[in-house]
Amino acid sequence: MLVRRNLIFVLMSLEVMLNAAGLAFVVAGARWHQADGQVVFLFILAMAAAEVAVGLALVMQIYHRFKSLDVDALSEMRG
Amino acid sequence: MELAFYSAGAVAVLSTVLMLTRLNVVHALLYLIVSLLAVAVVFYTLGAPFVAALEVIVYAGAIMVLFVFAVMILNLGQHGVELEKQWLTPGIWTGPALLAGILIIEVFYLTRSGTAGLATGAVEPKEVALVLFGPYLICVELASIVLLAGLVGAYHLGFRKVEKPEIQYGRNTAKGRAAASRNPVLARTDRLARTP
Repeated sequence: MLVRRNLIFVLMSLEVMLNAAGLAFVVAGARWHQADGQVVFLFILAMAAAEVAVGLALVMQIYHRFKSLDVDALSEMRG
Repeated sequence: MELAFYSAGAVAVLSTVLMLTRLNVVHALLYLIVSLLAVAVVFYTLGAPFVAALEVIVYAGAIMVLFVFAVMILNLGQHGVELEKQWLTPGIWTGPALLAGILIIEVFYLTRSGTAGLATGAVEPKEVALVLFGPYLICVELASIVLLAGLVGAYHLGFRKVEKPEIQYGRNTAKGRAAASRNPVLARTDRLARTP
């Protein structure tokens, strides 16, 4: 995620990390035979869906405004 | 069963690494879809069939479709036809197709053998539902509010300004005002766009 400078790659890496967290929850739930792990995975799923919708809308807005998806090109965005 | 678990895990790790090292966004998306399907197979072998189905439907279905839509919209109109011809060459889709083929063989093997869950034992969907709508009920409501906020936020951010006649003709000229008031859609978008 820190190497890639494309905004869409950043979002995809976020998805991978959320998926890894969910996988850890489900594995722990299977290990101790609890249903809570899968419940938390459902919440992670809902949160990831909302996050990716807002994130992709932001990406399109940034592309229309800056004509670029480079993260370093947006560094003047302060304040 | 354990062979299926380890090979699905290997496919997941391999496709994720390949996803991170692709330069083209569409190739990376193909590998990411394969990675999510592999994680779904891992869930099934761990004895969580409900979560495996949700992973396929929501992650590999809905979220990836959102990504593909965004990539397609952003790529529009640059050099479309040559790019599509280049994407259809076999060198690009053989990698994800091979990994997905391994997953399909595993799924056939698992459904043939018919036993779900490793030695630790499966957690049935019924138990998940009882816990989800019992102690975690307030979290379900909070998740629905998060989804609603995501919907409203995506609608607001994805709103693209239409070409406005006042800007075309100048905002304070009579021609621009007349053109804006003649078109109800443009007048509405102008009012929406001017609110901070």
